[in-house]
Amino acid sequence: MKERKIAVIGDPSSVMIFKAIGLDVFYEEKEAQIEQRIHKLADQGYAAIYITEKAAELAKDAIDIYATATFPAIIPIPSNTGVLGIGMNKLKSNVEKAVGADILFREG
Amino acid sequence: MAVRVNPTRMELTRLKKRLTTAVRGHKLLKDKRDEMVRQFIILIRRNYDLRLEVEKAVEAVSTRFSLAKAQMGALRISEALLYPARAAVYDVGERNVMSVNVPTICYTGSDESTDIPYAFTFTSSALDNAVMELSELLPKLLELAEVEKTCNLLADEIEKTRRRVNALEYVMIPEVEENIKYITMKLEENDRASLVRLMKAKEMMAAAAEKADREKMAAAGNL
Repeated sequence: MKERKIAVIGDPSSVMIFKAIGLDVFYEEKEAQIEQRIHKLADQGYAAIYITEKAAELAKDAIDIYATATFPAIIPIPSNTGVLGIGMNKLKSNVEKAVGADILFREG
Repeated sequence: MAVRVNPTRMELTRLKKRLTTAVRGHKLLKDKRDEMVRQFIILIRRNYDLRLEVEKAVEAVSTRFSLAKAQMGALRISEALLYPARAAVYDVGERNVMSVNVPTICYTGSDESTDIPYAFTFTSSALDNAVMELSELLPKLLELAEVEKTCNLLADEIEKTRRRVNALEYVMIPEVEENIKYITMKLEENDRASLVRLMKAKEMMAAAAEKADREKMAAAGNL
């Protein structure tokens, strides 16, 4: 077991609160900066990166690069403007990829 | 048939060996795929529940935080949160699920979930509540990270495995079987050809011998 840290990326008003529970918070709002930050954090060996859905949408390419690596786990979370459904869509696409059809959400 | 093969016995033995390997590999991969799908379904359900829960909770925390910000002002809030509560370090490991390496994350810091990093003098109670709620949410957030990454990796691996299974089942195995059939038939054909040749030769030899015999007898009769 290794000890690693966890980071949060997003706009200040959404993610500032995460500082209070001891996560490393980075305020980035521009596409290039978000991507740069993701690469940097992955390089530093962060275990997980929580990223607001707004930021995740901007930096899709950078996130896709780490999709097949064990670390870091890049997890979209809702920002202060509410849920955009990006996280859920990713989950659904995973189901479709693995099973071939959306078997999970039709019933619900 | 696209690929021409040499109709020799050596090639036949080689192909038969290949077919056995392919069939065994196909069976193993199929089992692997089935087991992965089973685990994936369990995990993705957990992932779905967790995501719903976390999204709702984070939104609630965000609302509270906005409220606190409205009450205290942005500057004072950032001042209050300037110093982190605790050095958050997590034990991170790897687990092997059907030969897919997936992360495990668990929190090793202090258990005091109601650790507020600032003095109460200048802060509003909404901020306290938001921070406390978020601390309680932290284990869920970590589990979400773990489960979601696992699902992601598993989905990838399942897709790959399924492709391999299909390639074996619908391309490789039929092709090898066809080649084997082609070689067997060619060899049998050769067998029949040489047999016929032999019979023909024997017949001709027998005819020649009979003719020689008869000539001998005739010669003897003449004497």
